[in-house]
Amino acid sequence: MLNRSIRFFELTGMNWLIPIANLLAGKNPKAQLNQLLASIGAPLVAFLIFLLLWSTAASNIKTSLGNLPGPSQTWEQFESLVDEHTAARDKEAAFYQRQEDRNAKRIEQGKEPKDIRPYTGAPTFFDQIFTSLYTVFIGFAVATIIAIPVGIICGLNSTIYTGLNPLIQIFRPVSPLAWLPIVTMVVSALYTTDDPFFAKSFITSALTVTLCSLWPTLINTTVGVSTIDKDLINVSRVLRLSWMTQIFKVVIPASLPMIFTGLRLSLGVGWMVLIAAEMLAQNPGLGKFVWDEFQNGSSNSLGRILVAVFVIGIIGFLLDRIMLTLQKSVSHDKTQEIR
Amino acid sequence: MANSYLDISGVSIEFPTPNGPFKALDNVNLKIEKGEFISLIGHSGCGKSTVLNIVAGLYNATQGGVILQGKEVLQPGPDRAVVFQNHSLFPWLTCYENVRLAVDKVMKGKPKAERHEWTEYNLELVHMGHAMHKRPDEISGGMKQRVGIARALSMQPKVLLMDEPFGALDALTRAHMQDSLTEIQAELNNTVIMITHDVDEAVLLSDRIVMMTNGPAATIGEILHVDLERPRERLELADDPTYNHYRAEVLKFLHERHAKKDVPQSTKKATTTTSDAADKKEEDKKDVAA
Repeated sequence: MLNRSIRFFELTGMNWLIPIANLLAGKNPKAQLNQLLASIGAPLVAFLIFLLLWSTAASNIKTSLGNLPGPSQTWEQFESLVDEHTAARDKEAAFYQRQEDRNAKRIEQGKEPKDIRPYTGAPTFFDQIFTSLYTVFIGFAVATIIAIPVGIICGLNSTIYTGLNPLIQIFRPVSPLAWLPIVTMVVSALYTTDDPFFAKSFITSALTVTLCSLWPTLINTTVGVSTIDKDLINVSRVLRLSWMTQIFKVVIPASLPMIFTGLRLSLGVGWMVLIAAEMLAQNPGLGKFVWDEFQNGSSNSLGRILVAVFVIGIIGFLLDRIMLTLQKSVSHDKTQEIR
Repeated sequence: MANSYLDISGVSIEFPTPNGPFKALDNVNLKIEKGEFISLIGHSGCGKSTVLNIVAGLYNATQGGVILQGKEVLQPGPDRAVVFQNHSLFPWLTCYENVRLAVDKVMKGKPKAERHEWTEYNLELVHMGHAMHKRPDEISGGMKQRVGIARALSMQPKVLLMDEPFGALDALTRAHMQDSLTEIQAELNNTVIMITHDVDEAVLLSDRIVMMTNGPAATIGEILHVDLERPRERLELADDPTYNHYRAEVLKFLHERHAKKDVPQSTKKATTTTSDAADKKEEDKKDVAA
């Protein structure tokens, strides 16, 4: 049990939890405490200094919306967002309850029950987090589906790579803000149905994420495939493996670590791009939340935006940790340190 | 000519480089009988690996060709299994899976149990039965090379090609591996072409030692028949005058008649082993050029 949880912490990069686990198991408490202090002491001190600097700086900056919020005001706003969320959920439950009560009455009176109407209240902050996550995953998934095969082809065939490389290099540094108007117009022109399954703003945001997060995976896959040990390729030639077997048994496993390095970078880029895309496309996610609060301009707005900043940061960090764990689990060389 | 098992006839190869074609081999002729153990020895960069790669079918000769049992070699195949210097095991597969991949390829259509048994048999043959479910990064260099040999043997090749199989190993492990190879050879009597830098290894293992001149346009300089009784015992042979005579012959060829001009004589012995890596690099450059 202890060893298994330690291995899990190592794999997920949460090394600082190891001493706690050891401590709980009662293994050499003094050494564990020292290790714990060394691993979380410094980050804790740094964080406290940061909070101090933040609150002093904030109290000295006057904006048209009042003082820049410090840590405590930001925390208050977080609590109020949580309250609003629970209040909205209660309201939603009550809304459905009312309809059901009414229908029950109608049935009692021998009338046909009416259809239940869906709740149309505004999304809360936490609904918006999930919209953002959903959007980024769709955009990232589409990018992955395009980037990995193209990367493999580029890695295998240097002529194709030479041909595509200038295009890759030109489009890679383009900002999402530049793509967005074009994507918006193209989506409006091409995605015309009366009963859309996806909202246009969602498709626009997801596609912008795709366009920007494509490149790290593509480039890393290409490098991974083109740098496969030549001897391994020779082995597969000696074995006369078929083309498909060679791709799935040799090329992909050999370049998997590099592919995952690319995926990790891509997801990071995608998450960063998403916020900007949502702001402009008005996709109901975190980006729109920030934009709406900015336009709203109440005395609470800056605090709420700061809450969003932290939430965006923490989610980005968690996504990176998940990818790191995957990256470690596919690495051939278990002794290699991946951070 | 028509009757020999493996016939390397009139093989020349040129690699295109930015400064015009580079002739690596010129008119290499060698006939090998079934069950013979041949060593290729020569200075770094003389094209030993190129000869081996042509026999393997990984390169195609510019002129001449290789005929194995009456058929011309045009592409690589499992009947000419190669043991590479750096083991070349797939790092994401266990030892067993590495061998099994080859077994599945050459024993297509045979029942699963039979393939499983054959995989295990070959791993046992190289004394790797105890670690067959470990991954390459969990075992030592010598063990990896054993698995590489097991993989090659499992293909039951007509010719076993070994490109400095023990070059990257330390001296003790190397001696151990040579003994293992002698043992396996006594049992299976394979036809083997082995590249080596090690004079003792060549004399100890080979029926014939093929000595190559220096490149460019390298070719076979001399062929030495090693008439020593088998089984050969390393320790007994150390004092054997015939053995030492053969050894001296090879050394004379390498260090007197075909000494490398750019390397001082006295440091020769030491550089032959350390230059392995440089040799490999040169070979790689040619690959890129090709």
